[in-house]
Amino acid sequence: MKKVIKYVVIDILRNRIMMAYTLFLMVLSFSIFGLEDNSAKGLLGLLNIILIIVPLVSIVFSTIYVYNSAEFIELLVSQPLKRKTIWMSLFFGLSISMVLAFLIGAGIPVFIYQADITGMMMILIGVLLSVIFVAVAMLAAVKTRDKAKGIGVAILLWLYFALLFDGFVLFILFQFADYPVEKAMIAISMFNPLDLARIMILLKMDVSALMGYTGAVFKDFFGTELGMGLSFVVLLIWIFLPLGISTKRFKSKDL
Amino acid sequence: MNKLFCILIQLFLLSSLQARVLPVGKGKQFITIKTAITQARKGDTVMVYSGIYREKNIVLDKPITLIGIDYPVLDGEYRYEVISIKSSGVTVKGCKIIQSGISSMEDFAGIKIYNCRDVVIRENILENTFFGIYSQYGTNCTIEKNKLTASQKEEQQSGNGIHCWKSDSMRIIANEITGHRDGIYFEFVTNSIIWRNDSEKNLRYGLHFMFSSNDSYIANIFKNNGAGVSVMFSHDVKMIHNYFEENWGDGSYGILLKEISDGYIEHNRFVKNTVGIYMEGTSRIQMNGNVFERNGWAMKIQASCMDITVTGNNFINNTFDMATNGSLVLNTFNGNYWDKYEGYDLNRDHIGDVPYRPVSMYSVIVEKNPPVMILFRSFITSLLDKTEKVLPSLTPENFKDAFPLMKPLRL
Repeated sequence: MKKVIKYVVIDILRNRIMMAYTLFLMVLSFSIFGLEDNSAKGLLGLLNIILIIVPLVSIVFSTIYVYNSAEFIELLVSQPLKRKTIWMSLFFGLSISMVLAFLIGAGIPVFIYQADITGMMMILIGVLLSVIFVAVAMLAAVKTRDKAKGIGVAILLWLYFALLFDGFVLFILFQFADYPVEKAMIAISMFNPLDLARIMILLKMDVSALMGYTGAVFKDFFGTELGMGLSFVVLLIWIFLPLGISTKRFKSKDL
Repeated sequence: MNKLFCILIQLFLLSSLQARVLPVGKGKQFITIKTAITQARKGDTVMVYSGIYREKNIVLDKPITLIGIDYPVLDGEYRYEVISIKSSGVTVKGCKIIQSGISSMEDFAGIKIYNCRDVVIRENILENTFFGIYSQYGTNCTIEKNKLTASQKEEQQSGNGIHCWKSDSMRIIANEITGHRDGIYFEFVTNSIIWRNDSEKNLRYGLHFMFSSNDSYIANIFKNNGAGVSVMFSHDVKMIHNYFEENWGDGSYGILLKEISDGYIEHNRFVKNTVGIYMEGTSRIQMNGNVFERNGWAMKIQASCMDITVTGNNFINNTFDMATNGSLVLNTFNGNYWDKYEGYDLNRDHIGDVPYRPVSMYSVIVEKNPPVMILFRSFITSLLDKTEKVLPSLTPENFKDAFPLMKPLRL
């Protein structure tokens, strides 16, 4: 397994797109922190990167990579290796390289400009999101045979998590404006890793505002150690659930 | 002989006029404070040396001075009011007053002023008193450099630190108040000043103002109080150079202004409050030189306010700069610095060429439907905010700063 992971990681790290992604993240983060006179505004810019660009690149790149390495996978399958091992190594290889790219690209600027609890939280969340979207991408790739369709599904999934889901939540909030929906909202936010990630970062960034109104409800839940722990567990479930399903699927897939 | 007698009489009168010092303490002339007070005449000084005095209620009913040396402890045993001042011209200084009675029927206090004037209460330490220093119909009194600490957890179990009711010309200077219900409480108090006090971690308000007009509060620190500071039903109140910090929570405000008119809010700092200033039914207020930093909402101005002038303030790193609840705007917001301003300055006069709208669409939505806060800073809401900036539809049209500053003011 280690050997396969090594091959995958080396293969990805040599990839030009990965280099470009790392460089892009780095330039963007440095310019965000450098241009803004206060670093809190820089963090805000970085939040948008983490919530939009990281998942997008992670999901699209991983899907394409899985399709492109179809022949490599076929070769591995012909070897005395378990299918689960192959799929897992692919996942770990992709995850390690995505995380590495993120840590170098965004982690270093954060360490330099904002090495406090908020910054650390952002790095942690960014890493988790990278891995979550690798897992989701692999599920998308294993479910569809056609490459173009697979990439389309991946992009749609990203669009859903980043935009459509929140639109749906907004719609619900307005439809049920007369009801106490705060607690239900906490549950609903669990269904979108991006929402969960955003709220966790906000609790470190905009505490003053979140303390007001029903914000206090969110703070009372996500702000406590139990809520924080539960949120992390849910984020981990967002990694293991798609991964589990895709592994099962891959095991019986006719290549 | 007659002459000599005259002189003697005069000498006697002089000596009787001369203020005496009556020492109280172990091995001193008096053992208890009460006996010393009964012996004292107008203008005398009762010197209380260190020790613990449990004398139930001490009443000062003549113009004398009570001075504690090395902070003698006057214990109310959680049953009595410790010192009651019932004469004008009394001074109480340097005493440590602890454990006054707690009652929901009577307002027991550490030191209470009853219907008199020219009282000075200075440099005392009050611990675990129900009310700390209480003035009822006091006039021209000075309450200075006292340190008040209480440690009750429930609002009902705790009184106010410095409580003034129907008083006039009070000077509340440089006191430190923590753990009380309201740090400083003013009701029907006029022509008074609250200066350089430090009111922190009180259960309810740091400063509570009701029906008190023509007062000023200057250079105070109000930090981490349950509900911040509230100023209601008053006019001509001046609030200058104060710090309002870390007043967090639902219904917690840096300042809550309700039915206030003709005031000044100048050169204050609002840092990390849930809401910096909340205004309701407020009119004719001048606001300038204030700094709003890292608040949830810098200001919430309800549509019931009018003639509020907000100029020359800095708004930095607030989650929301402004929020309002209607579309009617009768206030002006020109010439402030807003860190969220994204305009340009072509003629280089340091004033932005396009107006700034401090009310974002999102803050309007949150005002109407608070749970939407869960979508804060998400892609979709920032998208909506951007569209609103191009085509304002939900946000009030006149709520704008026509001359936003490009650089922060030095404040």
